[in-house]
Amino acid sequence: MLLNQFLGLAAILFCIGVYGVLTRRNGVMVLMSIELILNAVNINLVAFGAYQGDVGGQVFALFVIAVAAAEVGVGLAIVLLIYRNRRSIDVSEADLLQG
Amino acid sequence: MLLAAGASETFTPESWFFDNAWTIPALPCAAFILILLFGKRLPYKGAEIGIASVVTALGLAILTTGAWVGEYESHQGSHSAEAVTQDVELAQDTDSFEIAADAGEGGEGHVKAEPVVRKLDWLSSNGKSFGIGTLVDGQSVMMLLVVTFISTLVHVYSTDYVHGDRRFTHYFAFLSLFTSAMLFMVLSATTLQLIVGWELVGVCSFVLIGHWWEEKANSDAAMKAFLTNRVGDIGLLIGMTILFFAAGNTFDILDINDAAINGEIAHSTLTWASICLMAAVMSKSGQFILHTWLPDAMAGPTPVSALIHAATMVVAGVYMVGRLYPVFWDGMSIAGSSINLMALIGGITCVFGGALAFVQRDIKKVLAYSTVSQLGYMVMALGVGAWTAAMFHLFTHAFFKACLFLGAGSVSHACHHSFDMKADMGGLRKYMPTTHKTFLIASGALAGIPPLAGFWSKDEILAGTGGWPGTNGNGTYYIIFAMGMLTAAMTAAYMARTIWLTFYGDYRGHEEPHESGKRITVPLMILAFLAVVAGFFNMPSQWVGDGLGLKFEQWVEPAGTRLPGNFTHAKPSISLAIVASLLAVAAGAFVWNYYKKLYAKDPKATEYTDGLASRMPLAASAHKVLEEKYYLDHLYTDTIAAGTKGPLARAAYWFNQNILDGIVDGAGKGSVGLGRFIYKYIDQGTIDATVNQTAAGAGQSGGILRRVQSGKIRQYATLMFGAAAVLVAIFMAAV
Repeated sequence: MLLNQFLGLAAILFCIGVYGVLTRRNGVMVLMSIELILNAVNINLVAFGAYQGDVGGQVFALFVIAVAAAEVGVGLAIVLLIYRNRRSIDVSEADLLQG
Repeated sequence: MLLAAGASETFTPESWFFDNAWTIPALPCAAFILILLFGKRLPYKGAEIGIASVVTALGLAILTTGAWVGEYESHQGSHSAEAVTQDVELAQDTDSFEIAADAGEGGEGHVKAEPVVRKLDWLSSNGKSFGIGTLVDGQSVMMLLVVTFISTLVHVYSTDYVHGDRRFTHYFAFLSLFTSAMLFMVLSATTLQLIVGWELVGVCSFVLIGHWWEEKANSDAAMKAFLTNRVGDIGLLIGMTILFFAAGNTFDILDINDAAINGEIAHSTLTWASICLMAAVMSKSGQFILHTWLPDAMAGPTPVSALIHAATMVVAGVYMVGRLYPVFWDGMSIAGSSINLMALIGGITCVFGGALAFVQRDIKKVLAYSTVSQLGYMVMALGVGAWTAAMFHLFTHAFFKACLFLGAGSVSHACHHSFDMKADMGGLRKYMPTTHKTFLIASGALAGIPPLAGFWSKDEILAGTGGWPGTNGNGTYYIIFAMGMLTAAMTAAYMARTIWLTFYGDYRGHEEPHESGKRITVPLMILAFLAVVAGFFNMPSQWVGDGLGLKFEQWVEPAGTRLPGNFTHAKPSISLAIVASLLAVAAGAFVWNYYKKLYAKDPKATEYTDGLASRMPLAASAHKVLEEKYYLDHLYTDTIAAGTKGPLARAAYWFNQNILDGIVDGAGKGSVGLGRFIYKYIDQGTIDATVNQTAAGAGQSGGILRRVQSGKIRQYATLMFGAAAVLVAIFMAAV
């Protein structure tokens, strides 16, 4: 079975996602990158599930998709509020949490 | 039939109600809590909870009584059937009819119920366990019925009487607690419980007597009741402690009684214990010389007075003596004697209390002194060995005294809340026919006019003294008998005076009086009915036959082994009954005639202006002594209290200044020095320095670390992923 190929794809997707989160200043782009990370995880779950002949992996992936939808909903709402307050969605400007 | 000639056969009654008697006091107790919590928010301000609980308790008490009587009668029925066959066999065998006849006549052929005890271990310490439980026997069943019954009527009556009062809810809450406390005391299986119930009753009476505490007189009366009772309570505690050790470290009432009956406790010990307990009886049951709180307790609302005087509180003392009767029997040497302390106290109380009732203007005070007098009767009966007669008098007295008090309340309700017979009453029979009739019946019962309730119980007590020829009491108490006869005459006389001043003659108050409402008159009618019939429960068998007679004695009296071995019943005497009744009627008629003549002279007068007291100096001083209540209040406040408080206060002040203050000052100075040392070296030098160092260290490290907290999310994310990558690397290397 082509497990390693799937894992490699997932690893690439994950790295792209992490790169996006770390480098993009646009809030929406950060959220999209997080989606990439989550989907990398989904691929892993499905791949391992199929590899072991266990349907649990796919069920788990479905849950992750549902949670990701909720997360994007909240995330977009936050981005929208940041835009309303600052007229920009640059996340590097939102640094009010500094110590 | 040898068995019947000896000790009577006993049986153990069985019923759900005897095992679960605790529910009866628990109900009003729950009502107390519920009324306090939710009473004010309810449509009837909590009265409905009180009434519902007390009516349920009454229902349970009636069922318990029914079960008790039913158990007794069924065992008695099978026993007599057996006895008859045995008698017949015996008669045929030996031709000895006399033995069988004797056995029947003496009432020995009756079965006796054993008490039903249900006990739990409350706490145990050092191998001794203190139980708590219920003791159901004839005496407690009788009291359950009386207390719940009177309490129910008082609750209903109160809804009208204290209507619109500012502490209406509070009043009903404490009425419930009062009932509960008395029921708890009545059911107690141990003397410890008895003390708890006794004190609870005292506290509730304090609260209810002082219900209208805004007036100083009322709160003073409440204090007086409480403090006078405390004096006796010391006796109670000492007496119970003596009995605890004497009976072999037990609080159990039945064990103590058994020990006293079997002679396991020395006579002198029992004497000391019963003298101490007598002090408690004197304060709680208003015996001379500690009775002074009782008339003042009239400051409370009238239904409370009815409850205190008829069912709860004052009969507690009589009940306690009845409960521990073997102790008093031996301790006071009741059998075969002609005088003893308890009978003497009772006798003096009933005569002196009765005399005081003659000079009162206040209708409730007349009744209060009458209660003192009647309680004296009960204690006297116990003192001469007439246990059953005392309990029976307690039973009948509850009904007619409650009726009289509620009647007095109804009268005062009509006369604009005055209790003054001379100034505000007179001629009320035209305006208040129901109150008048019930009051008349209850007074007749109190005076012992046959065939009303008081006649039967009073007659039994007089016979019980053994002072009349042919009565064969437990002793021959001639002096006590004379006191009893005198009181019987006096009771009729002062009640005739009260009735005349209240209901006859012309109305002396202002504004038109009116009859009270249904919630007041219906309880009065019920009580008047019982004042007529309650006496029929214990008519002598010799007069009415075995089927009807002495039912109360058979149901209430404890089993033979629970009473002293030489305890006997006096024989009733028809001649005594006739003489005592005639005496009462004559005394009543004499007073009635006195007032009738006075009325003919001047319709508004309440006393002769040229009477005996104004013509004879001796009579005048006697009247003065009575009006001043034998100067007992003066003795207590001016002599005893004032005499002790001056020197005592000075001594206490000196002790306070020189010894206590010296100790306190020294201790104060020492602690100041110690405090200074601790502040300087330990607090400032060690503890504060450590704390300061810690804080400074935390501040410095915080200053360094704050630079990491840039607030930039991407920087945090970078750190997080970097750290995760490092962790993964370590993990890979490890695997």
